[in-house]
Amino acid sequence: MNAWYSVFAALFIVLFLTLVSLIGVGPVGAKGIFGIYIPYLAAVVFFVGIVVRIIQWAKVPVPFNICTTGGQGKSLPWIKNDNLDCPHNTWGVIGRMFLEVFLFRSLFRNTKAQLGQGAKLTFASAKWLWLFGILFHYSFLTIVLRHLRFFTEPMPSFVQWISYFDGFFELLLPTVFLTDIVFLLAAGYLFLRRVVIPQIRYLSLPSDYFALFLILAIGISGVLMRQVWKVDLLQVKELALGLASFRPAIPQGIGDIFYIHLFLVCCLAVYFPFSKLMHAPGVFFSPTRNLANNNRMVRHINPWNYPVKVHTYEEYEDEYREKMKAVGLPVDKE
Amino acid sequence: MYNSGKVIIGIIIFLAVFALPIWYNRGAAVVPPKLELPKDEKQCVEATAYMKASHMEMLDTWRNSVVRDGARVYVSTTGKTYNMSLQNTCLACHKTKEKFCDRCHNYLDVAPDCWDCHIAPEVKLTGRTK
Ligand code: HEC
Ligand code: HEC
Ligand code: HEC
Ligand code: HEM
Repeated sequence: MNAWYSVFAALFIVLFLTLVSLIGVGPVGAKGIFGIYIPYLAAVVFFVGIVVRIIQWAKVPVPFNICTTGGQGKSLPWIKNDNLDCPHNTWGVIGRMFLEVFLFRSLFRNTKAQLGQGAKLTFASAKWLWLFGILFHYSFLTIVLRHLRFFTEPMPSFVQWISYFDGFFELLLPTVFLTDIVFLLAAGYLFLRRVVIPQIRYLSLPSDYFALFLILAIGISGVLMRQVWKVDLLQVKELALGLASFRPAIPQGIGDIFYIHLFLVCCLAVYFPFSKLMHAPGVFFSPTRNLANNNRMVRHINPWNYPVKVHTYEEYEDEYREKMKAVGLPVDKE
Repeated sequence: MYNSGKVIIGIIIFLAVFALPIWYNRGAAVVPPKLELPKDEKQCVEATAYMKASHMEMLDTWRNSVVRDGARVYVSTTGKTYNMSLQNTCLACHKTKEKFCDRCHNYLDVAPDCWDCHIAPEVKLTGRTK
């Protein structure tokens, strides 16, 4: 598939979705649909979709122990083993999983193969992807946690603390949140990485760009709503709490930009269970991450094994003993 | 399903965390804060819908205009004139900050630092009240 075709196809879909909500809320005025029905529908698809997908995964047997190792495994007592890179017990697996989920440890090991002087293949460390990946995920998390101010009353104090530190520099009015800047920059990097590096451009599919564009569109519409086309947050909170307590009602005066933001979030929620974004629960199901390297201590039973019909030598001998004796063959039992 | 114990615990944690907005308020209807509006006035500086969403922008323009240009007179879209002042104009009508500005701000986790320096009529020098 042509690389630029992928970019434009994804961009076109995201613009189309934006336009759908713009027209649906503005001229058509279907605020009830965009403010109540679609969010509920999206929530149902999101939760049911993820749970179903997880159960499907959990039904797949793991025939071999294929954990990956990055360090000395446990063997003789005087050889120092590395229980994080080559875990031999559950604690090691938990430690490795924790570092993977919270610090993206295997992405940190990302290397880049280059032809150095004299056509020598060298591997250099390539940490930009790790850096922007982790910035992206943590700023996303911070933004979502800050949004809890719309969904909780009274607010948990950690939400206030996060907002306080996030707006620490009190730039502009309303204060620009640092995570908003980091979020857009990091998502922008993840996009540019795909178009600028030829190998990655060649590998990228519309679905790779679609997730990025959708998330960027959510971020941009949110920042525009905060800094440029302001909406009445009192009414936003009324709507959000109404949805959360199953007493949905559409307050009258929220600006259209809010419904665009909300609709794009709903699209993301609906898309999530069917997309590569499922890497979030997926990491816990990766046999290379979640299995201990204990092949020599614990026998890994292939759950696929069906009872094989065997015919042991004893049974064979029982069956043919007379004939064997008759031709003078040695037998174990007389 | 393999490892069903662990998988089910994982699913329960996922649902519990993401459903926080639903269980946090225990389905109770939350009443938005009651704002005390001026009794003797009918109209804010600009249209109410604009004030609700963009009063901070107006204050920012006022501040810049006063501090940088020394221009203190604001002419509203209805042609009325106002002295561009946080304490002397906004709080002349909205007399108690606690029952108006603060109620709304606390409800939405907004903490303007204006009151580090500016003094609201009633809470003289009690420090930052958020
Ligand atoms: C209807 C609710 C409401 C009322 C009443 C209200 N505000 Fe606000 N105010 C807000 C919201 C919401 C924001 C934050 C906007 C955002 O985050 O986009 C805000 C932000 C501000 C900011 C900017 C803060 C920052 O750091 O970003 C200032 C200054 C401010 N308000 C002053 C006032 C004053 C003074 C009053 C009383 C005269 C007042 N407000 C009354 C809702 C209200
Ligand atoms: C002349 C008196 C007056 C002045 C001065 C004034 N207000 Fe108001 N304000 C009102 C009135 C009256 C209302 C209620 C309007 C209504 O209900 O339609 C109001 C409403 C508001 C609201 C919307 C509250 C809601 O119902 O959600 C905000 C926010 C607000 N004012 C902020 C300010 C700020 C900030 C200033 C200073 C820049 C200011 N006001 C100056 C009289 C005034
Ligand atoms: C560091 C102290 C400080 C902080 C914080 C501060 N101001 Fe001021 N402000 C001043 C000073 C000093 C003046 C000048 C007073 C004058 O010349 O009348 C002023 C003037 C103003 C004026 C015009 C004059 C008047 O009487 O109000 C406005 C409006 C204003 N500030 C709004 C704000 C708002 C809104 C905030 C919060 C976002 C804020 N200020 C935070 C110190 C501060
Ligand atoms: C994937 C989930 C979401 C993401 C990534 C996201 C992202 C953002 C960003 C980056 C901002 C800029 C300001 C800020 O950081 O606070 C923002 C603002 C905003 N978002 Fe979201 N958002 C999400 C979900 C939602 C939902 C479900 C709602 C519905 C209540 C919502 C309502 C708002 C509102 C009202 C603002 C304006 C805040 C203000 O003016 O201060 N967002 N969003």
